[in-house]
Amino acid sequence: MSATTHHHDADSLAHKLNNATGVSPTRCYQCGKCTAGCPMAEEMDYTPSHILRLLQLGLEGSEDRVLRAYSPWVCLTCEVCYARCPQEVDIPKMMDFLRSESARLKKVNPRAADFLSFHKTMLDSIRYVGRLYEVGMIMGYKLRSWHFLEDVLMAPSLFFKGKLKLFPHLIKNRKNISQIFKKSGNARTEAAK
Amino acid sequence: MIKIAYYPGCSLLGTAREYDESLRAIVKKMGIELVDVPDWNCCGASSAHSLDHDLSVALPGRILMQAESLGLEDLVVPCAACYSRLMMARHELMEDAALKARVCEMTGMEFRGTVRPINIIEFLQKYSDTFTDKITAPFDKDVACYYGCLLVRPPKVTNFDRPEDPRSMDEIMSLLGSKPVEWDFKVECCGAAHSITRAGLVGKLSSKIIGNAVHRGAQAIIVACPLCHSNLDMRRNFINKAAGRKYDIPVLYITEAVGLAMGIGEKELGLHRHTVKVRYPEKVKVEAEPRPKAAAATKPTPAAQTEQTEEA
Repeated sequence: MSATTHHHDADSLAHKLNNATGVSPTRCYQCGKCTAGCPMAEEMDYTPSHILRLLQLGLEGSEDRVLRAYSPWVCLTCEVCYARCPQEVDIPKMMDFLRSESARLKKVNPRAADFLSFHKTMLDSIRYVGRLYEVGMIMGYKLRSWHFLEDVLMAPSLFFKGKLKLFPHLIKNRKNISQIFKKSGNARTEAAK
Repeated sequence: MIKIAYYPGCSLLGTAREYDESLRAIVKKMGIELVDVPDWNCCGASSAHSLDHDLSVALPGRILMQAESLGLEDLVVPCAACYSRLMMARHELMEDAALKARVCEMTGMEFRGTVRPINIIEFLQKYSDTFTDKITAPFDKDVACYYGCLLVRPPKVTNFDRPEDPRSMDEIMSLLGSKPVEWDFKVECCGAAHSITRAGLVGKLSSKIIGNAVHRGAQAIIVACPLCHSNLDMRRNFINKAAGRKYDIPVLYITEAVGLAMGIGEKELGLHRHTVKVRYPEKVKVEAEPRPKAAAATKPTPAAQTEQTEEA
């Protein structure tokens, strides 16, 4: 498993992935079990095993293809790949890293822009309320993604079933939560330097 | 009175409030007191780990640290997604000292690791004595127990049941007088958090789950996760669209099934909040297998046709 293609510079994406998460793409021997079990494989531009191969090769341009891929965003983190991988490559953790790296480097696939909006809106809700405020989160997402009309028809029925709360449940120590967000943001900018 | 720490999570205050209501209704009869984690926050769900790893450990980390102040060991977490994030955070905080130091600095609190999150199935297994003796109306239905992703995966972290063919929920349902059916989509993903961003995709994935449960003769699908429930129940129109047919099989939280078996009223359990009305289709005779081959050969699509008649 130490083919010549698997040696990486310290600034290669595979190396950065390994440093940040402990996940090593070189362990993958391309059996394809991850892709076979992945419920999203047919939606992806690069299947999980293909992404691992691109990272292993580390050829010019292949890292950019990985960072600009749609796959990490459509990944459901259902953990089937990791549960079945004979080499125990933590693919969901790799996908997490690729999402945050591509967001940081502003290389998010255009088809995935709404996923990024969704995650940002959700984190905003947690940052200011302390909890996920479903109504505010969904409205925020609709504004950010320009998908105004989807799901609006469901609102009245959910409201009468008592499932839509018109006001958020604020937690008391919101200062503590905003401190967590601030410190983790600072740590990320530090790490990126 | 047995006391247990309780982390409801955000969904149980909103779209999954019947899960919270049914749990509170059954523990009252079981003689167990749930103590809410003081001033709990959101676990970060699918978004924190997608964009910021440290944050995805610090948010559930704060919940664990807040729970430690209660001095109780077990922390029951009914939402499978919250359970997964709490287990993941606990696992990483135990294994990675540098990360633990960073997270403690971020939250301004100390992590001792004295609290152990348990999912709803573990909770019901552990305290089964407190409800089996109170079963007055056995839930005598053929049920498909749907575990989804996060209760069983990743096995190294959750360390719960068999990851490919779990049995624990089936065993609890048998205690209630149900007959769990053998089916193929126990641990398949319903589409989870893509419900808002890609409802069509969720419809496609969930329609396979519902279709198989119906095909295997289930009269109800039993779940233990608010995301599974909202996708299989609230997103039924997308499922029917993807499947090209109308399914009316109801989806129940396991706590609702326990409550019904204990004779608790439907309203108290929140059954009226479901999108798909809780009415059970007729029981199917699965003993009839193997089906006569000659009859099947004359029909162009035998599987679909038998399903139709089973449904009627």
